[in-house]
Amino acid sequence: MAIKVSENKWKMTLGERLYVGPILAGMRVTIRHMFGKKATIQYPEQKAEVSPRWRGRHVLKRNELGQERCVGCQMCELACPADAIYIEAAEVPPEKRHEHPTERYAKVYNIDMLRCIFCGMCEEACPEAAIFLTPFYEFVDDSREKLIYNKEMLTEKVGGPIWYKE
Amino acid sequence: MTELLWLVVEKLVFGVALLAGIMTFASYATLAERKVASWMQDRIGPNRAGPLGLLQPLADGIKFFTKEEMIPANVNKAFYIMAPAIAAIPPLMLAAAIPWGDKIVLLGKTFSLQMIDLNVGILYFFAFGGIGVYGVMIGGWASNNKYSLMGGLRASSQMISYELAQGTAAVGILILAGTLSLRDIVLQQDTLTKWFVWRQPIGFFFFFVASLAECARMPFDLPEAENELVGGYHTEYSSMKFGLFQVSEYIHMTVASALISTLYFGGWQVPFISVENQPSIIVSLLGIAALVVKTSFFVFVFMWLRWTLPRFRYDQLMRMGWKFLLEGAFAWVIITAILVLAWPFYTTWF
Repeated sequence: MAIKVSENKWKMTLGERLYVGPILAGMRVTIRHMFGKKATIQYPEQKAEVSPRWRGRHVLKRNELGQERCVGCQMCELACPADAIYIEAAEVPPEKRHEHPTERYAKVYNIDMLRCIFCGMCEEACPEAAIFLTPFYEFVDDSREKLIYNKEMLTEKVGGPIWYKE
Repeated sequence: MTELLWLVVEKLVFGVALLAGIMTFASYATLAERKVASWMQDRIGPNRAGPLGLLQPLADGIKFFTKEEMIPANVNKAFYIMAPAIAAIPPLMLAAAIPWGDKIVLLGKTFSLQMIDLNVGILYFFAFGGIGVYGVMIGGWASNNKYSLMGGLRASSQMISYELAQGTAAVGILILAGTLSLRDIVLQQDTLTKWFVWRQPIGFFFFFVASLAECARMPFDLPEAENELVGGYHTEYSSMKFGLFQVSEYIHMTVASALISTLYFGGWQVPFISVENQPSIIVSLLGIAALVVKTSFFVFVFMWLRWTLPRFRYDQLMRMGWKFLLEGAFAWVIITAILVLAWPFYTTWF
């Protein structure tokens, strides 16, 4: 049986074996990148643009009357896969009646930002369209306690989005 | 007697200035390396310390000095401490043999801009370049660590292999110039067309490649191949001892670039301006500037190659050194000799 000798397709030419040509080609690539556009975003001064759908910090919305939408139904607490939400519901006191659409409200509403996985399940669970995730993503703080956000920090201020200002 | 005293003072002042200049250049080379690396990777690089990051070398120095120093328990202490110094001093001594300019007239006196005009300049260069590897080798050995030892061994065998090719490649210059003195070699390249690179292109190529290997720069940086040897010979070093190893690499690179410029690119000769017989300060300073520019260019090429090429495998490195570079350099020496004998124009040249 004749032995078939296959041609070595990886055999290099003399020019390739001298490395010089390929090296020069590589050097051309690097020099072009040297004067090319830089990809760096200088973070504290410049920030990356994120999508408006970005799932960052939560906000508790108000309705068109300026009332808190949240009625303390605890659906989000139930839906949360990370157990990050803690709610204590209560009856609205008579003198605060004008601030809420119903008699029930969330007396305590805490989200532990260290537990939260920003999945957005709370948004989907909410029957009152009260909780939303915003594109804010800077959660740095110096203790675990400070990263448990309470209701006051989460609720939208009257007349403006809250995620720009603490 | 007073003349001797003057000479001592002159050399002392020049030596301190040269040391300061080389150290500054080398420390800024570290910044340049990081900048070049960043730019080639589409990044910006260090820009926080001072305007444009220009105080970065200073910040690095302060950091190195204030870092905790660890000396492992099982090292050979004396050699461990000595090694960084042994690595840093020979490249600095090489700078003394480079002619940084011709002459400068200050206060009515003429000073030479070369520390020592040795009549065996090139040999001195190769000798001390070879000693430079002792620091790396001793550091690797004294660390009592297998990775460091491997790094040290690689450094020494690589140095031996490529020193041969480097020396042989330079023989072409010696045949043409007829002298070993670096000053005379520069003086012979007084016009752009007389730069030895035009007559020694292949020799220059071999010399350049061997210089890369001598400095243990990228395609040949096997002594500190970090993905196999952690940090190579400086794995066990910390604080300023590590810093000294690092700086010595850049000093070596600077001096090697200066030697390449001196041998092949006319040293301090400025193209189109004859520096000879015009010992005014401006012309002298222009000469120094020309050499600094040429040196900077080659330092940049070293960096350019580093951020372009991957590392050779060790057997490839050895094969290239012994089977290609050395033979090629020898062949080029013979070709040069034949050209000198058979082609009269080759020696006179324009």
